[in-house]
Amino acid sequence: MRPGHGDIELAGLCKSYDGITNVVDGVNLKIPDRAYCCFLGPSGCGKTTILRMIAGHEDPTAGEIVIGGENVLGLAPVERRTAMMFQSYALFPHLTVRDNIAFALRVRGQSRLERYKAVDLMMEKVRLTELADRLPANLSGGQQQRVALARAAITEPRVLLLDEPLSALDEQLRVQMRQELRRMQRELGITFVHVTHTQLEAIALADIVVVMEKGKIKQSGPARDVYAYPRDRYVAEFLGGQNIFSGKVEQVGSDHLVISQPHRTGIHVGVQADRRVGIGDRIDLAVRRDDIELMRATSGEPGGGATALPGRVLAIEYQGSFVKVMLDTIPDEEFIAYVPERTFFQDPFNVGDVLLATWSAGRARILA
Amino acid sequence: MSRKNWFAWLYVTPLMLVLVPFFLVPILVVLVASVLETDGFGGLIPTFTLANYVDVLTSAQTFHLYSATLKFTTLTWLFTLVIGFLVAYFLVFHVKNQLLAISLFLICTVPFWTSNIIRMISWIPLLGKEGLVNSALLGTGLIREPIEVLLYSGIAVVIAYVHQLTIFMVVPIFNSMARIDKRVVEAAVDSGASRLDVMRLIIIPMSKSGIALGSIFVVSIVMGDFFVVKVMSGGGSASVVSAFYENVGVLQYPIAAASAVLLTVVLIVAISLILRTVNIRREITQ
Repeated sequence: MRPGHGDIELAGLCKSYDGITNVVDGVNLKIPDRAYCCFLGPSGCGKTTILRMIAGHEDPTAGEIVIGGENVLGLAPVERRTAMMFQSYALFPHLTVRDNIAFALRVRGQSRLERYKAVDLMMEKVRLTELADRLPANLSGGQQQRVALARAAITEPRVLLLDEPLSALDEQLRVQMRQELRRMQRELGITFVHVTHTQLEAIALADIVVVMEKGKIKQSGPARDVYAYPRDRYVAEFLGGQNIFSGKVEQVGSDHLVISQPHRTGIHVGVQADRRVGIGDRIDLAVRRDDIELMRATSGEPGGGATALPGRVLAIEYQGSFVKVMLDTIPDEEFIAYVPERTFFQDPFNVGDVLLATWSAGRARILA
Repeated sequence: MSRKNWFAWLYVTPLMLVLVPFFLVPILVVLVASVLETDGFGGLIPTFTLANYVDVLTSAQTFHLYSATLKFTTLTWLFTLVIGFLVAYFLVFHVKNQLLAISLFLICTVPFWTSNIIRMISWIPLLGKEGLVNSALLGTGLIREPIEVLLYSGIAVVIAYVHQLTIFMVVPIFNSMARIDKRVVEAAVDSGASRLDVMRLIIIPMSKSGIALGSIFVVSIVMGDFFVVKVMSGGGSASVVSAFYENVGVLQYPIAAASAVLLTVVLIVAISLILRTVNIRREITQ
């Protein structure tokens, strides 16, 4: 059996533990073969439950799971040819690294010689050869993760399911192991489904990001689409990097709308083909924090079509490659501008300065 | 002595206050008594002799007693292990409700709510010639004559021991099983392990320390007991301890002491064999 045909289709997937509330509530999703897919959401949003249902550790209350064109409901994990990497790894504490990785082959009845040959190859791949005879308790977090990965991959699954694989590691290692995961995914040439609550991890790794809330998919698509074009307020807030505020439509022009707010007026937004709005509608807007330009209030008005809102600097945080400037531009909402480091230090602002925050109409987006 | 040393001694004092008078001194008394001669009326004559050991070790009776005791020990160990393991497994892996698990656990301790004597007497109406078991079997027509070996026999001794000691298996095995991460079991299933594989390759090896601890309890209690054997066998069987109980009864202290020392040595060997299979220190400090 070769890997391949690891495309996954979830149709109307529901899971309820108490028969009243759905933990997973009608999820429809297609994950292509050999994709790296990340489920992103806060804890309790149902992402791990979906993973466990794909793995076959839990049965859906309703809906279908199709892997490689075959309905896998009721099949054991091995028959599905999925493998799972558990949160905090769940390594067998009484077995050495070698026997941990060899476990799946052992229960398949392979002889010791046969399985150790396969395991030695795998250990080389994930650079564990020198640690072969250690027990999991004597490994570092990163090493444990590599063992877990090797143990899952030894069965040549067509889908690898990873439950918060990086949450047990410290920050520095997390970035390192993130690359390792991506490398392994490319090398193995199989579908990875990865569950995380860290947006940075999701957008750094995934071909497809699936943002979830309360058992439902809020948005799914390529990482860049989800980050740069969030569909609604929840997605925009969860992925971050956006200033979000609401307002009422005052005018509808041919190429832009004018929106006002209790505290601010004259906010211009480009017309979006997929959003029909009329005068008087209340809508949510998002503007990327790095699309905002700050200028001193005295330096005159910006060009036509741009929005310019005054605001006082509340705080300034140096972030290395950029500077985070917090303003009270929109009262009651967080308003932050990311200013490139070099630009900022040409003419540094101070806390308390009154600035104009400007952006062109096309940069603001209407949220659902 | 330096100040630091004084503190070190101070720390171990409470333990020493218990260990020295209640453990070390009695052991020494027994050891000394075992190499002395007796005047036959309970008095000890301070003359060194190894005759007591020679007597004990060369007596055919010692051999019979040990083989009887070992038989009871092995049977009791086997049954308590199987029952205790299954009960613990059920409580840990099949009872999802914690409150239910705790109540079931308490039910396991029911035998201890009455005294040992009452518990053993209670077997008489159950196992006796006209007891419940026999009348039930007669009633269903499975047997024509009442089975007499149920009571006052080796079977009765083993039944009483198992009844009394299974909890000593359940508790440590439950304890080590409860520490098994459920995800580890899931990971095994994910790798394609069958129920039997999970039991054989995951649960049993990971419960090893509990099994070892429970075995130590059961083996040392059975080997050091004479009361259950005496009552439940109706005097038909004897055990190692019952023999030196008799010796004490006829004031043969040195020979009883020598038997006691021998039993202690045998038990130490048995326990160290059990401990070789598992690193208890690591398991406990984990």
